[in-house]
Amino acid sequence: MSIYFLCLVLFCIGLYCVLRKRNLIKIIIGLGIIEYAVNLFFVLVGYRFGGRAPILAKDQAVLNMVDPLPQALVLTAIVIGLAVTALLVAIAIRLYERYGTFDITKIRNLRG
Amino acid sequence: MNIIPFFVILPLGCAFLISLFGKRIKNFSDILATLVSIFLFSLSLYSIFLVKGFKILVYKVGGWVPPIGICMVLDGLTSFMLVTVNLVSLLVVIYSLSYIERYTEKFRFFTLFMLMLAGMNGIIVTGDLFNLFVFLEIASIASYALVAFGTEAEELEASFKYAVMGSVASSFILLGIALLYSYTSTLNMADIANTLAQKASGKLLSFISVLFLMGFGLKAALVPFHAWLPDAHPSAPAPISAMLSGVFIKVLGIYALSRILFNIFGPIMPVLNILIVLGILSMVVGGLLAIGQTDIKRLFAYSSISQIGYIFLSLGIATPLAFLAGLFHLFNHSIFKSLLFLNSGAIEYSTGTRDLRKMGGLISKMSLTANTNIIGSMSISGMPPLNGFWSKLLIVLACVQSGHFILAIISVLVSILTLAYYLKVLKGVLFGAENIETPVKRITFQMQFSMAILALICIIGGLVLIPNLSNLFLKPAADVLLLGKGYAKAIFGAVQ
Repeated sequence: MSIYFLCLVLFCIGLYCVLRKRNLIKIIIGLGIIEYAVNLFFVLVGYRFGGRAPILAKDQAVLNMVDPLPQALVLTAIVIGLAVTALLVAIAIRLYERYGTFDITKIRNLRG
Repeated sequence: MNIIPFFVILPLGCAFLISLFGKRIKNFSDILATLVSIFLFSLSLYSIFLVKGFKILVYKVGGWVPPIGICMVLDGLTSFMLVTVNLVSLLVVIYSLSYIERYTEKFRFFTLFMLMLAGMNGIIVTGDLFNLFVFLEIASIASYALVAFGTEAEELEASFKYAVMGSVASSFILLGIALLYSYTSTLNMADIANTLAQKASGKLLSFISVLFLMGFGLKAALVPFHAWLPDAHPSAPAPISAMLSGVFIKVLGIYALSRILFNIFGPIMPVLNILIVLGILSMVVGGLLAIGQTDIKRLFAYSSISQIGYIFLSLGIATPLAFLAGLFHLFNHSIFKSLLFLNSGAIEYSTGTRDLRKMGGLISKMSLTANTNIIGSMSISGMPPLNGFWSKLLIVLACVQSGHFILAIISVLVSILTLAYYLKVLKGVLFGAENIETPVKRITFQMQFSMAILALICIIGGLVLIPNLSNLFLKPAADVLLLGKGYAKAIFGAVQ
């Protein structure tokens, strides 16, 4: 149980980082932490303690195997996360060229 | 031959080819994008006749039978959404052929556009929950890039804000999917619905509903989650604003959410009440904030929030008439909101400004834009012969029919509010003193064509309610939502 709780803590750290930090790069890192927390949780969902790799061979009984589906899904989610991070970093670099700063409190042309 | 996979394959392949050859061959991107969107639109029209009379088509990807493999589903709601999306995207592509000349790297625009379209069509046709997430991310990433397409300071800022909030929303959705998978150990939507029906509904299901409500609500810009929309939609190039406000938030937000809440979880009373409350909140807050705006695209963006509220309100009431009204309003809003954004693009193209205080008297200079603008504005504020009137009337009637008199009164009042800020637009842009010194640039034929077609649909849109047409187009879509958890049985019936 405690392992799921730690997962939640990691998620909250990421959320705090996105909400409170002022540096664009730190916000992007926060997003990465959120993604990892969710991915970790997804892998944990399919994990069996003491389980083995889900390979079906002739002489092995189908006993206590780890669920392979979440692992496949998490691989996809990681690739998607990579695309988002790359795009965000590219935008952050362009923002730095325009404003000369990474501080979001100084990047405020738009307001509600 | 099964037509379902083509809705995803065609735009995806088109994006791939354009990114390869678009730079080397002149006009390649224009021609291919136009041809593909015409073909997609005719395919989606054809799909209406395929699902006539409660039929459901299922395509098994790779030949794997549904509970194990991924499946794609074509039912009433799917074909309704496909027609809406592909109609708007066709007209937007035609419009952007000449509009996007203002920017460099035209082929990149069409690459991203087609990726976004592939993502949206994918969300609509898929019958697998994780597949929905993947398509949602494809569409979202393409839209983040498209918002920043001009790479000016404001556009980058809006895009960054949108991308951060969008990614957080996606994480919530993925968390919801992970929890749902751990509860039911399947990802096929119909199979999840079956498994949930056999288990007693616990607290976990409410938690998952909240996660989805948060994630998809942020994508749909419901009021507590709306902060990104008024920045992101006005900053994008006008055709993309039309696409984002017109269909994007509806597919990613409303369609996905209603599919999950109604067809997988089955309508639950507390969730429906949340939908009603959020809908009312969006209607009122969006409308009030729109009045104070002076940038016309920003005003249209706030008005989108307000109109999305109407659709959520009618989904929350959840009677047959309310579903019909909500979906009809969804269709109408996608038509007139894209018309209004394309108009704002034409105005910016000709005069070089978006500020209401700096223009005026355009009615004598740009007659077509002025006329389509009047039609669009009157339609969204619910003037009688136009399509917006009929859908708002149906929503009010649905409120009254189900006994929610206060909601009916609020809907009417917000409609008056809508009229107020659109009159402000008309007064500022079309009438009043002419204070633009620079000569007005003529808009091109392609832009005029798209705007004229959309305005025409606004005028004749009310005809969709005629029983024959409505039974073909609107009613099957509303019936799918009304089916609730019967959806699973229908899918497995169609597979065998």
